[in-house]
Amino acid sequence: MATQSAPIFDTDELVINMGPQHPSTHGVLRLVLKLDGERVVDCDTVMGYVHRGIEKLSENRDWTQIILLTDRMDYVAAATNNLGYCETVEKLLEVEVPRRARYIRTILAELQRIGSHCLWLGTHAMDIGAMTVLLYAFRERELVLDLFEEYCGARLTYNSMRIGGLPLDIPSGWDQKVRAFCDVMETKLPEYEELLTNNRIWLERTRGVGVISGPDATALGLCGPPLRGSGVYRDVRKDEPYAAYDEFDFEVPLGTQGDTYDRYLIRLEEFRQSIRIIRQALDGLPEGPIMGKVPRLLKPKAGETYHAIESPKGELGYFIVSDGRATNPYRLRVRPPSFCNLQGLKPLIVGHLVADVVCLIGTIDIVLGEVDR
Amino acid sequence: MLDTLVIPLLKIVVLLNAILISVTFMVLMERKVIAWAQSRLGPMRVGPYGVLQAIVDPIKLILKEDITPVKADKMLFSLAPILSLVPALVAFAVVPFGGDELFYVADINVGLLFFLSVTSIGVYGIILAGWASNSKYPLLASLRASAQLISYEIAVTMTLVSVILTSGTLSMVGIVEAQLADGVWYGFIQPVAFVLVMIGALAETNRVPFDLPEAETELTGGFHTEYSGMRFSLFFLAEYANIIVISAVTALLFFGGWLRPFPNVEALAFLDIIPGWIWLFGKIFLFLYLFMWIRATLPRYRYDQLMRIGWKLLIPIALANIVVTGIVKVLV
Repeated sequence: MATQSAPIFDTDELVINMGPQHPSTHGVLRLVLKLDGERVVDCDTVMGYVHRGIEKLSENRDWTQIILLTDRMDYVAAATNNLGYCETVEKLLEVEVPRRARYIRTILAELQRIGSHCLWLGTHAMDIGAMTVLLYAFRERELVLDLFEEYCGARLTYNSMRIGGLPLDIPSGWDQKVRAFCDVMETKLPEYEELLTNNRIWLERTRGVGVISGPDATALGLCGPPLRGSGVYRDVRKDEPYAAYDEFDFEVPLGTQGDTYDRYLIRLEEFRQSIRIIRQALDGLPEGPIMGKVPRLLKPKAGETYHAIESPKGELGYFIVSDGRATNPYRLRVRPPSFCNLQGLKPLIVGHLVADVVCLIGTIDIVLGEVDR
Repeated sequence: MLDTLVIPLLKIVVLLNAILISVTFMVLMERKVIAWAQSRLGPMRVGPYGVLQAIVDPIKLILKEDITPVKADKMLFSLAPILSLVPALVAFAVVPFGGDELFYVADINVGLLFFLSVTSIGVYGIILAGWASNSKYPLLASLRASAQLISYEIAVTMTLVSVILTSGTLSMVGIVEAQLADGVWYGFIQPVAFVLVMIGALAETNRVPFDLPEAETELTGGFHTEYSGMRFSLFFLAEYANIIVISAVTALLFFGGWLRPFPNVEALAFLDIIPGWIWLFGKIFLFLYLFMWIRATLPRYRYDQLMRIGWKLLIPIALANIVVTGIVKVLV
């Protein structure tokens, strides 16, 4: 402008590209950041680098074949993906799942929550610079993977559930190992907390960073720990119980400030609640069949259904339309928690420093395989 | 001729080789210490318990392709690693490894001042590296680095003033001899200064929790993102040489250098069997271990928090420390 004196220095905003190849974007997330000094003034989220068209693929697959596609969405929590899909199809088929199968599913889902949270804790702490926590958390995640390996033979993509029940009963002695794992996990949690919870640097890095109010979080469609961190009581396990969650006693931790520290505390408490649920499920594990009465040929009658579960990352929903003629879905749509939580990234990031960006990517706990599908 | 040229040159050759070799082994030590802290084993493949890793790593780095980005400023890009390493090595000139003339290259009467000024030059290497790379992440990192190093430089220098006041000399050998005369390590009569220098040392050597200029997870390696091969390892060498020199200086100033514990207590005279340089090496090792321990334990500070600590906490405390030391010095 002519009336203003020209600035002495050129003060352009710096546009930097964070990702898709960056050590802390947790996969192939790409952020185009506009920086004023080190402060982020604008942020553009680019995704789609691991889009495999799982939803479209599903339209040409058998109902049972889709289970193994769901493994590939949130690949650090495959069991909950399986669970969500199987329950949705069961709802569509109106199939009753035996109680024993529902119990084992609950145990698997909660083990998966512990495993997924371990990965989150390790990478989140690593992003903020605490490298030892990563190794500690992965050490315990390894135990979860071992349990899954013993149950279904796979360590990452489990394909561990079937429509109407489970492919396998638990191996003998497995329940004792799960119990032993719960005991180990309980002793390891204080180790994480000792390194982080009261650490001054950790507090300074996470408190008051990425604050989002309850109404804002709801409006953005956040789910899971990021929503509960803002003090909104929403947990599908309590609100619309599935599997066997209505039979167990557990609490839903809520945050008060809605900042990164609260989200951290909530996930740590979820470790404890998961252990509590697993123990109750093992105590009350009923005898009986593991598969319900499922027709040989799966052909649900025409209609549509939506069913959601609480995956480690938040509300994982499946919307399935059946045309009543084919042995595959007419349309399958996933409501992935990572994708919805990624919506919240921009409002969280803007106004913070570059160093906080990695901290905030960590706190919303996204898996790009699920964002892009 | 012999005294003025040959012997000092021989000392320099021995010292340089010793530093470079100890740096490679220090990298191994760091990997091992951190591995043990993280319930891992660390390098185990090359040689027994991985001890030969220290030799293999430099060979690998030398053999790697050396890439200069097309848009980089060629001259500054090559100059930066050298500017970073040389001051770190030069600083060793005034570090005495023992009271005898055999153990140091030079005992100049402004040794401490020389040390401070020479190590300050190292920051140019980092700034130029970030600037010459002509890349955005290194640029951000080098801006961080210059702000960080300058502010912590001030804090450390201010703190050292109180040590100089206590000892009454700027010569490194003189400071240790003053501790012998006073019969106490200065770490005990200047504990505040010791803590400040340790914090400042962490910041000046870009170590966790102040490793912002290289912040792997934020700036993808920081100022040396564009460097590879031997040029990269020069930065690496500089960083570790800096850690060793600052550990040595801290040991000399605050922990009596080559003196045994309680240097004036006759009852402990049997400890004199152990030569002075071993005492000093032991103390240096202790500090090196401390650096590694901290790295395995703590997260990283944010840029603004780091500056706040430097300017609002360390510098005022350092100033107050000078005043208190001065008053005590006058009164006692």
